[in-house]
Amino acid sequence: MSNKISDETIEYVGILSKLELSGEEKEDAKADMEKMLDYIDILNELDTDGIEPMSHVFPVNNVFREDVVTNGDNREKILENAPLRKDDSFEVPKTIG
Amino acid sequence: MGILSLTALELAKKIQDREISAVEAAKAAIAQAKAVEPKIHSYVTLDEEGAVQRAEEIQKKIEDGVLTGPLAGVPAAVKDNLCIEGQLTTCSSRILSNFRPIFTAQAVVNIQKSGAVILGKTNMDEFAMGSTTETSYFGPTRNPHNPEHVPGGSSGGSCAAVAAQECWYALGSDTGGSIRQPSAFCGVVGLKPTYGTVSRYGLIAYGSSLDQVGPVAKDVADCAAILETLASHDVKDSTSVKREDIRFTDALKADVKGLRIGIPKDYIGEGLDQEVRQALLDVAKLLWKKGAVVEEFDLSLVKYAIPAYYVIASAEASSNLERFDGVKYGYRAGDYEGLHNMYKKTRSEGFGPEVKRRIMLGSYVLSSGYYDAYYLKALRTKALIKQAFDRAFEKYDVILGPAAPSTAPKLGESLKDPLKMYLGDIYTVAVNLAGLPAMSVPAGKDSRGLPIGMQLIGNSFQEKTLIRAAYTFECETEKQFVTPAAGKGRE
Repeated sequence: MSNKISDETIEYVGILSKLELSGEEKEDAKADMEKMLDYIDILNELDTDGIEPMSHVFPVNNVFREDVVTNGDNREKILENAPLRKDDSFEVPKTIG
Repeated sequence: MGILSLTALELAKKIQDREISAVEAAKAAIAQAKAVEPKIHSYVTLDEEGAVQRAEEIQKKIEDGVLTGPLAGVPAAVKDNLCIEGQLTTCSSRILSNFRPIFTAQAVVNIQKSGAVILGKTNMDEFAMGSTTETSYFGPTRNPHNPEHVPGGSSGGSCAAVAAQECWYALGSDTGGSIRQPSAFCGVVGLKPTYGTVSRYGLIAYGSSLDQVGPVAKDVADCAAILETLASHDVKDSTSVKREDIRFTDALKADVKGLRIGIPKDYIGEGLDQEVRQALLDVAKLLWKKGAVVEEFDLSLVKYAIPAYYVIASAEASSNLERFDGVKYGYRAGDYEGLHNMYKKTRSEGFGPEVKRRIMLGSYVLSSGYYDAYYLKALRTKALIKQAFDRAFEKYDVILGPAAPSTAPKLGESLKDPLKMYLGDIYTVAVNLAGLPAMSVPAGKDSRGLPIGMQLIGNSFQEKTLIRAAYTFECETEKQFVTPAAGKGRE
């Protein structure tokens, strides 16, 4: 094992991922990630100097259109999916103290 | 011969000729589904009432001469990561277990326009992350050829539903092999189109730069006809490509004279099951006899595809799945203190282990300090892999290989070791990185009676070449689609 994931790192990854992990889940996640990163490290065998990172295989350009509304008012349908609603809004826990 | 064993095109013809009605077809498929579902579990949602109602509407349009296309009236199933307005669309995840979209995916709209009667939504690995359909929140799907084995994944429900004759065709999605590998395991034909061919609008994203929607069918002709209805330029998907020629059924010609076929040495070497290898060599021999030029070559970089794929796919997944936070739709944890705790609890309870694993890996490789070392390194590797394919397609029209290293494993074998499961994607993921079209076609069975799938890979926009090669093979062999024993219900 060359990669070592510390307790601090897994804590940080949990924050980035917005996941709450139990003690056991943290240990499993550390082991899984170490194993995966060791495997991913074989990419270091490749000389990629001077190679441009390729995000898309075809040239992707911004697609512009006139700013015209084409969809109707879906407010009620959208709110039907809300886990919790208050009148015409999504209800969330208090965010400002 | 019963109605269930017809192909989609054969059924549609009988519907046009008024020998069978779309309603009878829908009812037959529903009856079959009810008979086999306890054993196979292809569907997350089977919309019995809605399907019959839609079949009646479509039958009327056929009788009025409004719907005359080659697939009008044919019952189909849709993978549960494609949105259908008002219908449960769960991605086989708890976090979307109650989600009803307010719009329909463009790919689904396209088949609806062609007269598809949608029967329901098929099971999948949660958020399409997995190779066995065992990570579904709703429990696994089983392989119709042997229920002790997995159907493959992530489009396992779609492929099992076609194999078990619970529909005449299905839509799947393919991010790293998710149409081709389960098609191979279930003995059906599956095609992953060139990136940009089918709109991703309404496909719940996993790895946006890799995801493509495609058909799962009983034979090559059906597959070509479905692809023809699926392909369209869509302004709602900025990666959608405007293609000139999408008449894929024109390529249904049994002729491979002079076709140059390359077999990557690394695709038939170490790690490949001997029976799968032999089946592939038999395919090569047959195509050679029909006039194709077949040779082995060195594709290079094969072993780097999986690590590059898992970095890129996980990175995109971690970003794409940020939207599931319990605010606007889907599951919300019952008990929480404050907003951030609500997010965390909702996501921790809503996602399964494999999804969490990939979100965490993705967050890590994108985080400050690791972005260059992992994410950009993977994107550079992707560029090199694309170049390797470009070189190969200077010499060959088609690349022939397996769809998976073995036939379908038993349930429970794959989840014990995630890395081992990832390695099973060795022959499929490079295609997604390079954006290429590829299809999986049944090529016999192993000694245990499990289907073997071959994979044909083409250069960008060359689906027709794949279809022609696959069709030639199919015409020369006994058609591979046979009702699997376990899939037999009533007929």
